[in-house]
Amino acid sequence: MSTTATSEASSVAPSPGGPALGGGAGLGQAVTSALVSVASLRRLGACVLFGLTLAVMTGPNGKAAEPFGAIRHAILDARIVTFLIIAVALWLVISLWPLGRPLATVATEAVRGPVTSVTEQKYAPIGLNIILLVVAVILPFFFSNASVTWMVDGIGIYALLALGLNVVIGYAGMLDLGYIAFFAIGAYATAYFASKTAISAHSPFILNPFFVFPIAFVIAAVAGVILGAPTLRLRGDYLAIVTLGFGEIIQLIANNSHWTNGPRGAFGVPHLSIHLFGINYAWKLDPKPYYYLLLVIIVLVMIAFGRLERSRIGRAWAAIREDEIAAEATGVPTLRLKLLAFAIGASVSGFAGVLFASKQFFNPQIFSLQASFLVVTIVIFGGMGNRLGVVVGSVILQGLAYYLRDKVPATDRYIYFGAVVILMMIFRPQGVIPSRRRKREISLAEHGVGQADSLGAAATSQEAAR
Amino acid sequence: MGFVHQFWQLTIDGLMSGSLYAVIALGYTLVYGVLQLINFAHSEVFMLGAFGGLFAARGLVNGFDHTPSGMTSVGIVLVGLAVGALCGAAAAFTLERVAYRPLRKRNAPRLAYLISAIGASLFAVNMAGKLWERQNVTMELPFTNGTVFHVFSASVNTKTLVIILVAALMLVLLDTLVTRTRLGQSIRAVAQDADTAILMGVNVERVIVLTFVIGGLLAGAGGFLYAMTFSASNNMGFIPGVKAFTAAVLGGIGNVRGAMLGGIVLGLVESYGGYVFQASYKDVIAFLVLVLILMVRPTGLLGERLGRAA
Repeated sequence: MSTTATSEASSVAPSPGGPALGGGAGLGQAVTSALVSVASLRRLGACVLFGLTLAVMTGPNGKAAEPFGAIRHAILDARIVTFLIIAVALWLVISLWPLGRPLATVATEAVRGPVTSVTEQKYAPIGLNIILLVVAVILPFFFSNASVTWMVDGIGIYALLALGLNVVIGYAGMLDLGYIAFFAIGAYATAYFASKTAISAHSPFILNPFFVFPIAFVIAAVAGVILGAPTLRLRGDYLAIVTLGFGEIIQLIANNSHWTNGPRGAFGVPHLSIHLFGINYAWKLDPKPYYYLLLVIIVLVMIAFGRLERSRIGRAWAAIREDEIAAEATGVPTLRLKLLAFAIGASVSGFAGVLFASKQFFNPQIFSLQASFLVVTIVIFGGMGNRLGVVVGSVILQGLAYYLRDKVPATDRYIYFGAVVILMMIFRPQGVIPSRRRKREISLAEHGVGQADSLGAAATSQEAAR
Repeated sequence: MGFVHQFWQLTIDGLMSGSLYAVIALGYTLVYGVLQLINFAHSEVFMLGAFGGLFAARGLVNGFDHTPSGMTSVGIVLVGLAVGALCGAAAAFTLERVAYRPLRKRNAPRLAYLISAIGASLFAVNMAGKLWERQNVTMELPFTNGTVFHVFSASVNTKTLVIILVAALMLVLLDTLVTRTRLGQSIRAVAQDADTAILMGVNVERVIVLTFVIGGLLAGAGGFLYAMTFSASNNMGFIPGVKAFTAAVLGGIGNVRGAMLGGIVLGLVESYGGYVFQASYKDVIAFLVLVLILMVRPTGLLGERLGRAA
C-alpha cells in the first residue's frame, strides 16, 4: 500500500522532465484525459460502491427486526466522509496509475531490487532462513503468556494445517474444503486412545499421546484415501464439494453422537509427556514448551515438504498441474499421485489434531466449516505452493486476528477473510510470497498454456464435438 | 408397518423439499452449462433471496392484525416471491461482476474461480450475519395453514401445496425459456460450444450474465418459499445448497430437466431415508447419495449436457 501512496504523491506533483511526460501543461492534459471519460466515471462508481461496502463492513451490527437499520446507521453517519475520501483516493490512484507507473518504477527500484532478488531465487538464501528461525526461537520471550498461547493455538497450529493443505492446493492443484475434518479425526483419535475419561468411547489400552501421533497420521490418511478415491477419478471440482460435505458430516457426527460426548466436547486429554531413557518431561500448562515443540515440527515438516517438492513426486505434481493429459501420456500415474497428495495433506491435519487435543479442551465447534475456510484463506493469502509463504500467511492473518480481538468481533473477521480471498484472486492470485513456479504457471495458464491446477480439463467441448 | 403407514405423508414431504432443491439446483446446472464451473456461492444467492422475500412479506403481514385470507394472501405471497427473486437476481449479478468476471477477463485457472467463490460465500454469509443477526428469523404465514385435501392417508396442507405449485410453475417456465425462446437457444449454444456461438453472433458475455440472473431469480424465489415455511438465517444456504448441488449432479450436471428430476428424486430419497434412519442424520443421506452417484454413474441420471435438454 505504501508504494502506491508514494507513487500517487509523485505523480500528482508536477515534475518537469519526468520520464514519461513532457512538461507541466502536458501533465495537466494527461491527468484530465485520464480522469474525465466514461470508463473513468464507471471506475469512480465502483470505487464509491467499494467505499460504501467498507463502511457497512466496519459499521454497527444490525437487527433482524430492522432490515436496513445497520446499513442506514453505517452510511448516514459522519464516518462516511472517511470512506468516501478513501473511495476517491482509490479512484485517483487507479486512474492515474498509468501516468505514475514510470515514476513509481524509478522510486521503488532501490527497494524492489533486493526483494525481487530474494523472492525470485530458486531457494531462499540460507541466511534468511536462519535469521527467521532465530527470530522464531527468541520471539516468545518478548510476549505475554496469553500471546504465546495464541502463538501456539492460533498461529502455530494453523501454520501446520496450512502447510498440509498447501500440499493439496499448492502442489497438487486441487481444492479441499473439509480439511478441518481430518484435524477433528486426529483430535478425537487422541481422546479415544490417550484417555479413559475424555469422551465416552475409549480404546481398551491407553497410550501416551506421543504414540497417538502415528495412529492419527494413518487414520487421517486412510480417511483421505477413502474420500478421495471415488471423487478424484472425476473432474477435480467435485472433490471440493465432496470434502465440503465430509467436513460438515464429521462435525455433525461429533455433535450428535454420544461416543464423542456430543456438543460438550472432550475434557482432560492428558498432556504430552516423555518417559524414555531416564528422561522424564511433561508438557503442562505453560505454552512455551508447546511452542518449541510445534516450532520443531513445523520446521521438520517444511524441510520434508521441500524435499518432497523437489523429488520425483513433486515434479510429477507439477507436471499434472501444468498439463494433466500430457503427464498421463508420459507415464505419470496421475490418479495415484493426486490421491497421495490428498492423503499427505489429510495426515498432516490429523497430526496437528493430536497436538491440539493433547494441549487443551476441545468441542465440535472448533471443527466448523469456517475453520476449514480459514485454512484455505491462509494458504491463498500466503501464496499457494510456497511453504514459507503459507507460514507467513498464518502469522499475518492470525496475528492480525489476535491484534484485532477486542476491536473487531470474532465473527466479523470472516467478512474480511472473504473479501481478502476475492481480492487476492483478482489482483494477486499467487499470494503474498509467491512460489516462483506457481506464479509462472498461473501467468502461463492465463495466456492459454496449461491449466495451473489439476481440476481436469473441461470435458464439454470434446463431448460437443461428437 | 410404520413405513407403509407413513408412506404417503413422506412422499408429500419429499415432494415439497424436492421441488425446492430442484429450483435451486437449476442455478448450479445453468451456470455449469455455460461456464463449466461450479458456482459455490449459489447457496448465498438463495440465502439473500430468502432474506429479501422474508422481509418484504413480513412487513406486509405485520400490517394486518389478523391472518390475511383470499386474494390478500395470494398478493403477499406473490410480493414475497417477486422481491425474493429480485434480491436473488441482484445477488447473482453482483457475484458474477465482482467474483467471476475479473477472473474471466484474465482467463484465470479454474482453481481461482472456486477459491473466489468461497471468498464470496464467506463474505455474504458473515455480512448477512452482521446485518441481520446470527439467528433464525421467522415470519407469520400470510395464509391460514389448514389441510386442503387428502392423498390416501396423507393430508396436504396449504403451505406444502403453495410450495409445490409455485415450484412446479417455475420449473415449467424455465423449461419453456430454455427450450423455446431465443435466449434459451443462445444459452444452449454457449453451453455446447462458446467459440462457435460467438461466430454465430451470440453475445456470450450477455448470455453468461443472464444465466446467472435467471439462476438467481429461481434461487431467490425458492429462498422465499423456504424462509416462509421454515426460517431464514445467515447460514441457511449451506445445507440446501449442498443438497441442490447433489440434485444437479444426480440428474446430470448441466442438464436442465436432469436437475428437476434430480431434485425430486433426492427429496423423496431423503424423506424416506430420514424415516428409516434417524432424523438427525437426514442431512447425511444427501451426501451419501452424492458420493454414490459419483462412484457409480458420474454423468447422472439424464447425462451431462445442457444441449440435450432440448
